[in-house]
Amino acid sequence: MKNKFQVNNAILLVLVAALAVFPFVSDSRTWTILLTQIFIFSILAMSYDLLLGYTGIVSFGHAMFFGMGAYATAIMLNRLEPTLSVFFLSIAVGMVIAGVISFLIGLLTLRLKSHFFAMLTLAVSGLFLVLAEKWRTLTHGNDGFTFRAPEFFKDRMMFYLLVLACLVLVYFFLRRFVHSPLGRVLIAVRENEQRTKSLGFQTLHYKVIASVVAGVVASLAGSLYAISLRFVNTSVLTMDITLDALLMTIIGGVGTLIGPIIGAGVIELAQHYLSGLAKEHPIFERWIIFFGIIYILAVIFFPKGILGTIQYAFWKQKNKIPKVDVAAPSRKELTK
Amino acid sequence: MEPILRTENLTIKFGGQTAVDHVDFVMPEKHFKSIIGPNGAGKTTFFNLISGELKPTEGDVFFRGESMANYSSVIRTRKGLGRSFQITNVFPNLTVIENVRLAVQSKEQIRYRLFRHFTAYKDLHIQAERLLEIVLLSGKANAFANQLSHGEKRKLEIAMLLALDTEVLLLDEPTAGMSLEEVPAILDVIKQIKQTGNKTILLIEHKMDMIMDLSDSIMVLFNGRLLADGTPTEIMDNETVQSAYLGGLYDEHLA
Repeated sequence: MKNKFQVNNAILLVLVAALAVFPFVSDSRTWTILLTQIFIFSILAMSYDLLLGYTGIVSFGHAMFFGMGAYATAIMLNRLEPTLSVFFLSIAVGMVIAGVISFLIGLLTLRLKSHFFAMLTLAVSGLFLVLAEKWRTLTHGNDGFTFRAPEFFKDRMMFYLLVLACLVLVYFFLRRFVHSPLGRVLIAVRENEQRTKSLGFQTLHYKVIASVVAGVVASLAGSLYAISLRFVNTSVLTMDITLDALLMTIIGGVGTLIGPIIGAGVIELAQHYLSGLAKEHPIFERWIIFFGIIYILAVIFFPKGILGTIQYAFWKQKNKIPKVDVAAPSRKELTK
Repeated sequence: MEPILRTENLTIKFGGQTAVDHVDFVMPEKHFKSIIGPNGAGKTTFFNLISGELKPTEGDVFFRGESMANYSSVIRTRKGLGRSFQITNVFPNLTVIENVRLAVQSKEQIRYRLFRHFTAYKDLHIQAERLLEIVLLSGKANAFANQLSHGEKRKLEIAMLLALDTEVLLLDEPTAGMSLEEVPAILDVIKQIKQTGNKTILLIEHKMDMIMDLSDSIMVLFNGRLLADGTPTEIMDNETVQSAYLGGLYDEHLA
């Protein structure tokens, strides 16, 4: 057990090291930006998977927390001054707002059965979208506004490294979280909520905790996203963001933390290349069509997602081995 | 002495149907009582009312003299009313040991800790393993619960209930749907629990020999009403009970 754990950690560290070195080796601006984007959406997708994959909560309103982070950072950098300290402060402010709001919404809505909850999250996030559209003095509505990022991020590489560091931190934090006794109860809630209750766990508390953590992490992703564009508008609050997170989670592998990262990579890369193909054939301008098809095929043929399917294959192989071992002693006896 | 568990006028109506009808019952501490009655007599509903899965239309449940009316099933479990389910109700995609460990975790009140890895709580694992030994499931510890046979799932259900270590155990047909050769193992487990002598047990069962063997007293439910409550011999000699089971009351009721 321990061995496998260490091997996995070693692989992860090598990967992280390779990614950290990458911008020093390659000066491809496109790749640095693309990878930054992938990391940001990985953070968002992981936070979404905490709800969907670990706790079994389907939320259609996750974008609102992403948007809160994005607006917190954009507004504060715009109104105050574009310095690093304001940036970090804005991340904290976004997180606190997202935490408080997700706590309140969770407390009110998580009592409901799953599909009613899903609909309510849709409604609430719609509310925030309308709020951002109408509160023009603060948000400039649909048009949004540009702002100056801290000087430090003028160098794309620095921002890349910061986002990578955030991704690694969030990953290890969430991994500890889902492997804590509390995390085990979240999984139990996903499996059988009523039974979890009858074991004496107040499941509502657990669901609220999960949604607060997910909301706070999503807000961090939003803050980073705003910096990456140096621009924010209401699109950060739209359903598209939630759908992206959902898609990444499902394609990568629900109920794992690495899965959403893989999913974010696959989708961002596919998006990049498919839209690039538009020069070859105009149909690729509608790359979202291909996404629909990929999505349908993935759900039908790989319901466990990329990582889940691989894990299952390994698991099947591993569980085959003992059967061979059982037969082995008799063979040994024969050769005696 | 205040009985550990008591109901007063306990009633629940589903539409026009009265599933449990003004039941007054008293359960002394460390007592073993079985509930019998034909299908649809309200036995499981009665359990659901005690454990808090259902809210009564009328009447109340008292645990150690305290009204349970305002407590959800979660709080009732924590206070000491543990139950098993008639329809197997485990965590299907978790391993057997994890199922039990969750129950142990609840008993140990490790609820909101998120800083340590769950495997660091070795004691939970050890306790869970011991419970699996008791119900003869050690060999299956790492199997997923949905891979278990029906009988094994019933054993797991009992292990989870034991893990909660509640004062009162509500066992809802622990042998339901089991093959005959699997029954003695469960019977042994229940006997063992009884012999340790510190549990109050309420059992719903259909297997009469098992009930006669285990029970200090038996209560009979019929159409939601408490028909009789007494020692096994009293119940066997009771004419109303006999006619209920032999069909007299059935016909009368249906006519």
